[in-house]
Amino acid sequence: MSISLSDVRRIASLSRIAVSDAEAEATRVQLSRIFSLIEEMQAVDTSGIAPMSHAQEIVLRLRSDTVTETDQHEAFQKGAPQVEAALYLVPKVIE
Amino acid sequence: MFNSSLKELSAQLADRKISSVELTREFLKRVDELNPVLNAFVTVDPEASLDQARIADAMISSGRAGPLTGIPVAQKDIFCAKNWVTTCGSKMLSNFVSPYDAHVIERFNAAGAVNLGKTNMDEFAMGSSNETSFFGPVKNPWDIKAVPGGSSGGSAAAVAARMAPAATGTDTGGSIRQPAALCGISGIKPTYGLVSRYGMIAFASSLDQGGPMAKSAEDLAILLNAMAGFDKRDSTSLERQPEDYTRDLEQPLAGLRIGIPKEYFAQGLSPDVEKAVQAAISEYEKLGAAIVEVSLPNTRLSIPVYYVLAPAEASSNLSRYDGVRYGHRSANYRDLAEMYENSRAEGFGSEVKRRIMVGTYVLSHGYYDAYYMQAQKLRRLIARDFAESFEKCDVIMGPTSPSTAFDLGEKGDDPVQMYLSDIYTIAVNLAGLPGMSIPAGFGDNGRPVGLQIIGNYFSEAKMLNVAHQYQKATDWHVRMPNI
Repeated sequence: MSISLSDVRRIASLSRIAVSDAEAEATRVQLSRIFSLIEEMQAVDTSGIAPMSHAQEIVLRLRSDTVTETDQHEAFQKGAPQVEAALYLVPKVIE
Repeated sequence: MFNSSLKELSAQLADRKISSVELTREFLKRVDELNPVLNAFVTVDPEASLDQARIADAMISSGRAGPLTGIPVAQKDIFCAKNWVTTCGSKMLSNFVSPYDAHVIERFNAAGAVNLGKTNMDEFAMGSSNETSFFGPVKNPWDIKAVPGGSSGGSAAAVAARMAPAATGTDTGGSIRQPAALCGISGIKPTYGLVSRYGMIAFASSLDQGGPMAKSAEDLAILLNAMAGFDKRDSTSLERQPEDYTRDLEQPLAGLRIGIPKEYFAQGLSPDVEKAVQAAISEYEKLGAAIVEVSLPNTRLSIPVYYVLAPAEASSNLSRYDGVRYGHRSANYRDLAEMYENSRAEGFGSEVKRRIMVGTYVLSHGYYDAYYMQAQKLRRLIARDFAESFEKCDVIMGPTSPSTAFDLGEKGDDPVQMYLSDIYTIAVNLAGLPGMSIPAGFGDNGRPVGLQIIGNYFSEAKMLNVAHQYQKATDWHVRMPNI
C-alpha cells in the first residue's frame, strides 16, 4: 500500500519528528513497504470477535487516595536539559 | 570457572574457594578482553560492581547468602539502575543517569547479586539483530561476521562468550528467545505479568516482558526465582502465590505430550534448522514424550498484527522523549514545536522513527478501527489457536528462528525482511504466553540453532523441567565458541 509525501508530512507532524525534504521520499518508501505488510490483515473477517488487549482477565487495581510519593525533584532534575527554581525551562509559547 | 553453572559458582563462594570480589574481577577482566571485539557491553563500572561484590562477601560471611549472592549478572541496558547510565541503546538516553532502580534491579540487589555492567541492545528494543544500537552492533561470539540476534543481543553475546555467567533480557516479539537461539544459549520469556516492568524502559506495554538469559535451564530457574514477583508499581503485575521455579526440574518426562505446529515446519524454514529441531524432537521421544500434531492457523497473521500493535504502543510510550525533562535536547530550535521535532529527529535512529510513525498512523483518526482495532481482534484469534492446541498437548515445540544467525548488514535497507524472521516468536507475546529457547545444535555454517518451547500460562516450572531433562541428555548447552 502506497502512501503519499503529504501523508508522510502529516504523520511526521503528529509524531513530533522532523523529517527533512531529503529524507521524506526514503521515509515514504520504507513506510509504504511496512503498510503493505500490514494490509494482509485487512482481508480477515473479524465480525463478532472482541478485541483483546490483555491475556488475563484482570481489572486495573485501585489504591486509596493518599500521598505516597516523596519530593525527590533534586535527584530527578539533576540530568535535566534546563532547570531553574525547580522548573523545567522550555521555549515560550506565544499564541 | 567461566563455564561453571550458577549452582557451582554459588558453592565455590559458600566454600570460600573464591570471593565475590575475586569472581567479579575475573569476569570484569574477561569483559575487558572481549568487549572490544564483541561490543556486548555499553557501560562497565568496575568500582560499582566491586562495591556490590564486597557487600555480597559480607552477606556470605555472615551466613545470609542466597543462590545468587556474589554472582555477577549482566543487565540489559533497558533496566534503569540507580546511578548507572541507562541508554536503552539510544542517543536519546546516551547521557541519562538513572535516579532509581527498576524492580528487577532491586530484586537482584536484594539477592546480593553483582551488576556486572549494562549490555548493548537494539535501540529501544526495536530490532532482531542488535544492529540498530546507537553504540554500534554486537557481534555473534560464534562468528563475528554474524549478528547475535536482538534486541537482547548484548546479553546473549555476553553469556555465550562467557563474559557473564548470567544476564537479563526483555522480550516483546522474541527479543530474549531469538538472540538466545542465535548465540547458542538458553533464555526464557515468562508469562506476561510475572516480571514487573517498573523501571524497564517501555517499548510496547502489553507485550514487553523481562526474563533471564543463561547457559542452562537450571540457571534460568534460579534467576527467574529472583526476577518474578508482584510489584504494585506495575499496574499489569500479577498478584499470585510466589513459586519456586526449580521445584520440578527433575521430573521425568514420560507421558509428556509435545505439540508440533504444522505451520512452523512449512515454507521459509531453513533445512539445516529443521534438521536440528527434528533431531531434538526425536531426543524428546527417547526421553518418553509423545508427539502430537497441532495447528496454529493464524501464525502468518501474527506478523502484521504485531507490526500494528507494537508500533502503536511504542508511539505512545516514546512520546515522553521530548527533550524537556531528560534525554537529548536539540541545540537547534526556534520554538517549542521545533524543540520537540528536532530533539526527537536527532535522538532517535531510523528504525525507531519508522515504528513511531507507523504507530501514529494506525492510531490516527480514520485509521484506528481499520488497523488497531482489527489487530486487537486478530490477537484474540491468535491466542485462541494456542488455547485450543493446549487442550491436546502440554508444551509446543518448534524452531525459534527460521534460520541461523545472518551476517551483519545482510538484511540491509528493507525493514520488512527483518520483521519476517520473527514468525515463530511473535505470536507468543501477542497471546501473553511463556516461551523459551534452548540450544539444539548447529546449522550448516556452524552457527547455533535454537529449539523453542512454548507453554501454557504460568507453566514455567514445567517448561524449565522439559528443557532441563533435554540438557541432561545432550551437551549443546555446554558448547562454547572459540573466542
